[in-house]
Amino acid sequence: MLEAIKQPWPWYVAGALIGLTVPYLLLVGNKTFGISSSLRHMCAACLPANIAFFKYDWKKEIWNLFFVGGIALGAFIAAQFLSNPDALVLAQPTADYLASKGITDTTSMLPPEIFSWDQLFTLRGLIFFVVGGFMVGFGTRYAGGCTSGHAIMGLSSLQWPSLVATVMFMIGGIIMTWFILPFLLTL
Amino acid sequence: MQNTFQQSPAGALNPDLQARELDAMCVNESELQHPWWYNLKYAAWGILFGIVFVKAEIVSWFRIQEMFRFESFHMYGVIGTAVVVGLISVLIIKRTSAKTIHGEEIHIPNKEFNKGQIYGALIFGLGWAVAGACPGPLFAQMGAGFSVIIVTFLSAIAGTWVYGLVREKLPH
Repeated sequence: MLEAIKQPWPWYVAGALIGLTVPYLLLVGNKTFGISSSLRHMCAACLPANIAFFKYDWKKEIWNLFFVGGIALGAFIAAQFLSNPDALVLAQPTADYLASKGITDTTSMLPPEIFSWDQLFTLRGLIFFVVGGFMVGFGTRYAGGCTSGHAIMGLSSLQWPSLVATVMFMIGGIIMTWFILPFLLTL
Repeated sequence: MQNTFQQSPAGALNPDLQARELDAMCVNESELQHPWWYNLKYAAWGILFGIVFVKAEIVSWFRIQEMFRFESFHMYGVIGTAVVVGLISVLIIKRTSAKTIHGEEIHIPNKEFNKGQIYGALIFGLGWAVAGACPGPLFAQMGAGFSVIIVTFLSAIAGTWVYGLVREKLPH
């Protein structure tokens, strides 16, 4: 049993469990699924700075912070006790492409060639963590949701603005991957 | 169906709820007051969620690259299954007019379209492919021990904060 859990979980198991988050949150407390809002609540809690967008009672949304805290804890448990002993199996064309850009270590979740502390003060590090993270935070809030809020919760409840957002997420990702990353990876 | 799914019934009377619903997908509609430990139900599901994120390798930067390069079905399978399961669940909840475990009527706020769902979503998409993570996986990556992701996470908070600062000046 434990051996089976330690293997990478197939997409249909993961997808079903993620999808069940929608009814769980609704039935347990009338909450709609969304993760990026937690970043806004942190701003409202720590540095509202008299900005109208952060002036609300964030404590009413504290469930969302419990939820994301749980995500971090769950990931810790999985990484510590349930981790797959084998290396990640990456699609060969992707592996070949990344290798051509000098990204050869695919054993972990993140390429150590980019995501490590000694890369932080390089131009590449600055773009991948700081600019990338900033765009994730800014873009999700501007869009009013992220993959969970729009692509999963929004599409599940048939909200057409969420379909627009999901399509734009994909277009943004495709533009970056095909036209900008090839350059950024060589920095 | 419409009767049980009003659009923000409390919004008109409750400016704070209106403020929280602004540009948000996740809002707390419940009017009930609970002790803090009721929130552990969300932490518990979060833990399961975090385990799924790691075990299905959704937190992997490489899986995101595969997805955007169309070289693997994995992420499409995950998101597609999640949407189908969510869709069926919402349909059942609507059809049966299910109530929450505390007996409240279930309410799903409608999204109003604004240009942020074009420009903002595009910016997020660009960032998603670089950072290799959307907000959920950022928490999972930190939890799984990738300490450097704290920098990405703080940058994401900074991005959210700057959005709040310049919100009035952006096209919506």
